[in-house]
Amino acid sequence: MLQLVARRAALWALLVGALLLPAHAQESYFVTYSHQMEEPGNLEIETRTVAAPVRGGDSFLGGALEFEYGLKAWWTTELYLDGQSTSGESTVFTGFRWENRVRPLLREHWINPVLYVEFEDINGADKSLLEVVGHDGRTDFLARNDRSERKRELELRLILSSNFKGWNLSENFIAEKNLAGEPWEFGYALGISRPLALKASPRPCVFCRENFAAGIELYGALGDRQSFGLRDTSHSLAPVVRWDIPNGPSFKLSPGFGLNENSHGFLLRLGVSYEIDQVAARLRGR
Amino acid sequence: MPARVRGLLPILLLAWVTLCWAGSHDWHGSVPGKARLRDNPLASDPQAAAAGAKLFQQHCAQCHGADATGRPGRPSLRSHRVRLATPGELEWLLTNGSLRNGMPSWSRLPEPQRWQIVTYLKSLQ
Repeated sequence: MLQLVARRAALWALLVGALLLPAHAQESYFVTYSHQMEEPGNLEIETRTVAAPVRGGDSFLGGALEFEYGLKAWWTTELYLDGQSTSGESTVFTGFRWENRVRPLLREHWINPVLYVEFEDINGADKSLLEVVGHDGRTDFLARNDRSERKRELELRLILSSNFKGWNLSENFIAEKNLAGEPWEFGYALGISRPLALKASPRPCVFCRENFAAGIELYGALGDRQSFGLRDTSHSLAPVVRWDIPNGPSFKLSPGFGLNENSHGFLLRLGVSYEIDQVAARLRGR
Repeated sequence: MPARVRGLLPILLLAWVTLCWAGSHDWHGSVPGKARLRDNPLASDPQAAAAGAKLFQQHCAQCHGADATGRPGRPSLRSHRVRLATPGELEWLLTNGSLRNGMPSWSRLPEPQRWQIVTYLKSLQ
């Protein structure tokens, strides 16, 4: 009993306590990636939390604690620890993900490609909703938490991203395969965002317009190799607001709205992140 | 894995390595002539240097030092090379970075903010 309470406390610390971490986010989106890479030597700790009521099921709070490290200016690696809590059920650790992003072109272009490879080892209870592929949808969340289903998956993305006159426009094409032999599943994510001010003010400030960015993302699934298309897929539209506190934490908030019957009607995402600069140099005492 | 896919792997790997090596070690020599000649649109803005100093502390000081004199393994920005660089060359470097040498791209900062940083760097010389 004591062990169960301790384990639940630890998981809640992962889900909720992580929200209290300070942050300095760079990505403007929750599902979509841009070509922004982590600065080399920097470690960003971020928590991405998603909460949703489920029609006909129990509401849940899913979370991912993310450690993002800039190995090179063109190569970023990330480790995610996932967990979730479902109302009236359990609070569980659901697995980990290891992600790598590489910029093959070393200059800035109109469209900047990034190659993304992720290995996931999660279980069937995962509700972090970091991507939507195949025939993922609202009904997957009606069953009780099932940790017996093991998902070892490979996720590939082609990220295309452009910065123009302060705007960022990003498109992600997602392919995911369960290594147990299931067919490739597909999805997409699109995002557009812009800071509220393009010029910085000369005085230090926390609430200046330049510290805020607003955008919107559209993401959803495209079926699988055997049934590619929009049939029985879910899609969401989600405005996103980001607030960067200079030399401090960053916050992202995004209410998401389902676009069809298969989608979650409403999702609320919250992201908090903090960047620790030059971690390796600090460890070496430089 | 099908043989056809296996055969493609070395080609893809070679293409990727080639693309990675396509970047130049020397950013200064890589700046296109058009970018080199660009004028700083904020050069006459009296607040640009102060705003650039603020942005420098937020984004650049972690590597180049709070006083821009550099850190171990990271170059000083009070150097002869930076002094001789045109505003257009510095803005190009901020936009593109020098990824092979560890300098990230700052294209995520809006262009006016990159010019504000250039204004500040030029005021240091």
